[in-house]
Parts: sequence; structure tokens; C-alpha cells
Amino acid sequence: MDKGFWDAVKQHQLTVQRCNGCGAFQFGPEWICHKCHSDKLEWHRVSGRGRVYSWVRIWNPVHPALREACPYIALVVELPDAGNVRMVGNLLGDPRQEPPFDAPVEAVFEDHDEGYTLVQWKLV
Amino acid sequence: MEEFTIKDKVAVVGLGESKYYKRGKAPVPEFKLAVEAITKAADDAGIKVTDIDGFASYSDDRNSAVRLAAALGLPELRFANMMWGGGGGGGSGAVGNAAAAIVAGYAKYVCVFRALAQGQFGRFGQAPPVKTISGPMAYALPYGMAVPAHWVALRTRRFMHDHGIDQSPLRAVAMADYHHAQFNPRAVMYGHPLTREEYDNSRWIVEPFHLYDCCMENDGAAALILASADRARDLKQKPVYVMAAAQGAPFRGWANAENAPDYASSNFKTLAPRLYQMAGITPKDVDVAQIYEHFSGAVMISMVEHGFCQPDEVMEFVTFENITAPGGKLPVNTSGGNIAECYMHGLELVNEAVRQCRGTSTCQKPGARISLVASGPMVAPVSDLIVHG
Repeated sequence: MDKGFWDAVKQHQLTVQRCNGCGAFQFGPEWICHKCHSDKLEWHRVSGRGRVYSWVRIWNPVHPALREACPYIALVVELPDAGNVRMVGNLLGDPRQEPPFDAPVEAVFEDHDEGYTLVQWKLV
Repeated sequence: MEEFTIKDKVAVVGLGESKYYKRGKAPVPEFKLAVEAITKAADDAGIKVTDIDGFASYSDDRNSAVRLAAALGLPELRFANMMWGGGGGGGSGAVGNAAAAIVAGYAKYVCVFRALAQGQFGRFGQAPPVKTISGPMAYALPYGMAVPAHWVALRTRRFMHDHGIDQSPLRAVAMADYHHAQFNPRAVMYGHPLTREEYDNSRWIVEPFHLYDCCMENDGAAALILASADRARDLKQKPVYVMAAAQGAPFRGWANAENAPDYASSNFKTLAPRLYQMAGITPKDVDVAQIYEHFSGAVMISMVEHGFCQPDEVMEFVTFENITAPGGKLPVNTSGGNIAECYMHGLELVNEAVRQCRGTSTCQKPGARISLVASGPMVAPVSDLIVHG
């Protein structure tokens, strides 16, 4: 169910699940459309532009990989061109910055040596 | 037409808890802590532990009803109920389920319990130390968004932004919990008062939560026993009646990757009206409230969603003076709660609600009759309970 999303991200494309039956967007993906219950769902490419819905600065490492990474900013981005679905990511740049709520952001594709790509965000 | 309700048909008749420990400090296994709490609740009720014929719990409690029934030698198990959902969202719901079972005639004495020794199993405050992740968690964990503190902070932050709220209500909740714990010998933080300076200078876990805005991680167990109102009248303790219970989740409340449509919410908006309707009261009638605090910010939003104040009144209403016993307008978390009594996944809050109605709290609100519990804000399902003396 998730494969299409991660395959597109590897191609540096942001996609959101859309229902071919009623046009509704949903994220994370589901097996059926929550509005019309159709199972005709597709990954629809979106612009990668959004706005900061909420953000927090995280100081306490909760995973061995984060021991040297704190503080960092986690944020929730709303995508107006995809029914305002939200995505989670990190805000790139100074971890001490204070991004305004609702500020415009843009997706940045971060390729990792292990062969996967993550979606990060930067203020526009 | 017959009204379907549990109102006043069932009472809490017994309370028990193990000694509460810091994480990793319990000298006995979690199962034995559960047995200790259950046995004490039966003693408190003045019944034999073998009179128990049902169990209800939540959050995938490891100590199953059938193992407990076998270990305790119960003659017959008639009701075994586990409520879906993680976090403390089922604390009040399990009590509601137990009450429903008694009204339905499934069982006579149902024990609600929660045993949790985070020192013997995983910690809730740490992510699984995995190197790869798939499915829904893949949309959050690789970004270091991995534990409840993170998404509760995200929801709280948006609410604070929308309503012009600063750190002061969060500080008030943390300090009220610590204040109440200083009167409660059961509390893990008994004898450890918290000053405003210590709060302000404590390290950030995740903004806006300082260390003291976060619940503890503990080892322990809590239990309560319910019986029909008729049986309750002949037992040892003053009956405390179940006035109303509710559980549920809002529209797509558990959508993945932070996609709950009503995000800056504690998830009680759909429950609270049902709860008050069943109880036949309004928020003004509530004398004292126990509101689940995994993190302080969720308490202020829960207070709004239960009608104790409006969002734009939070700064004036959620103050240390207003939420501390005995004199506050609405004392909250009068045992010290998850932050300073014990993180018994919120079941200690249910026991405290009952104690307030018995008149035996260590921070008693004088004359308290109606006591509200809100369980597990921001998870789904969440649940609510009102009891009265």
C-alpha cells in the first residue's frame, strides 16, 4: 500500500493517495477511500508546496540514532493542493529558528546512502 | 420508552493499589503487582477475592483475565474484557465496560485493573531501537517523531498558537500535581516538592514540555471493584455510584501520519456532551476532576472540551490557585496523578475520583459529591467517567 509513495519519493516526486471514484485525497494511505469506499485509489503527484501547521523542537533523544542529533525541529505540513492532508517531516536549517505558524514551505528530497529517500521541508 | 443507561445502577465498592515504584524498582514481577492490587481492592470492599467473577482492562494489559482467574483460583470467570486502544484512553472506558457487564447481568463483581512495570518491559518514552521501519510509522519515525511526547506537543502547540496561550497553564498543571502529591504518601514524588524556579529551569523534553510537564515511568498496579447498587449498599465502604461513562473517537481521529482532521484537540468533543447527558448534569456541577496528564498541555485542552472554560479563558482559568485542593474552583489531579503520584496509566486517577466521593482523598475537596475522570487525551479512543457519592 505504501510502496507507490516511497517509489515516487525516490524519483523526487511527492504524491498523495487520491480516490478515482470521488476525487478525495487521503494520507496516510488506506485500502479504501474513507469518503466513498471505492478501492480505486492512485498516487497523485502534488506540487510539494505546503504550510506549517504545527512544529516542535525536540531536545530529548528517543532513539540511538538521535543521540547526537538534538535539538531538531519536527513539523506537520498541510498540503493545500491535496485536500489539506498533512505530512510529518523535519525543518531544514538552524534548529534554533522559530518558524511562523502557517508559513509556506517546500518539500526537499533527501537521498540517503542506504538507498532510501526522505521528504524534508524548507521555508520558502 | 425504556431509557438505556448505566446511571446509578452500579457502584465502585473497593479500591486497591500496589506500592508505587520508580521505573525498574519493583522487587516483584508485574503479574504479582496486579495480584496485590486486586487482592487489596477485594479487602477494601469487604469481599473475598474469589467473589470476583469478571475483569476489565485496557491498553493490552499483559496480565490476562484468564491467567489472573487461574492464579487467584476464581470459581468461575464470567466476563473478560479488553478495551482497544493504546495509551490511557481506556481507563474510564474499562470502568464503563465493567458497569455495563453488571447491568447486563453477565457478572456480579467486576474488577478493573491495570498493571504496568515499565522497568520490566519497554519504556513508553523511547522509540523501538530499530534500524528500518515500514507501514504507517515510516511516515513519522525517520523524522525523529517517534513517541507520544512528540505528537502531543504538536497538537498542544497548535492549540496554544490558535488561542494565544503561553507556558503558564502548563506550569500550573505540573505544579498542582506536585503540590497534591506532597500530601499523598502513596505518591512516588511524596516528599519531593517542585518550585516554580525548578520547573522553569528544568530541561526541555520537547517544546513546550519541560521535564515536569511529562508523566513519570513507573512500576505498579491499581485496581477497583464494581458491583450492582443493591449489592454495594451491604458492603464495607460507602458506595460511589457510576453516574455516566463514555468512550469513543472523533471522525478519523486515528488517521495515520497526523491526519486527524480536528488536530488541536484532546479528542473529547464528541464524548463530553454524551457524558453529561447520561449523568444529567452540566460542567458546573462537577466538584473535582481527574484529567489524564501524560503531558500537561493535554490537560488544559481536555478542560476546555469538558466545558470548564472556553479556549480564550484558559490563561485565566487554568491557574495553580484554581486547580488545587481544597480551595480551588475546580481541583484537578488531587492525588498527584500521572506526573507525581504514579503513572499507572491513569487508573490511579479513577481511584482518586472515587476517594474524593468517599471523602478520603489526601487532598480532599470539602463536600465533594461529583467527580469526573477524563482518560487518555489525544489518543483514540478516549474515555470519560463521572462518579458520585
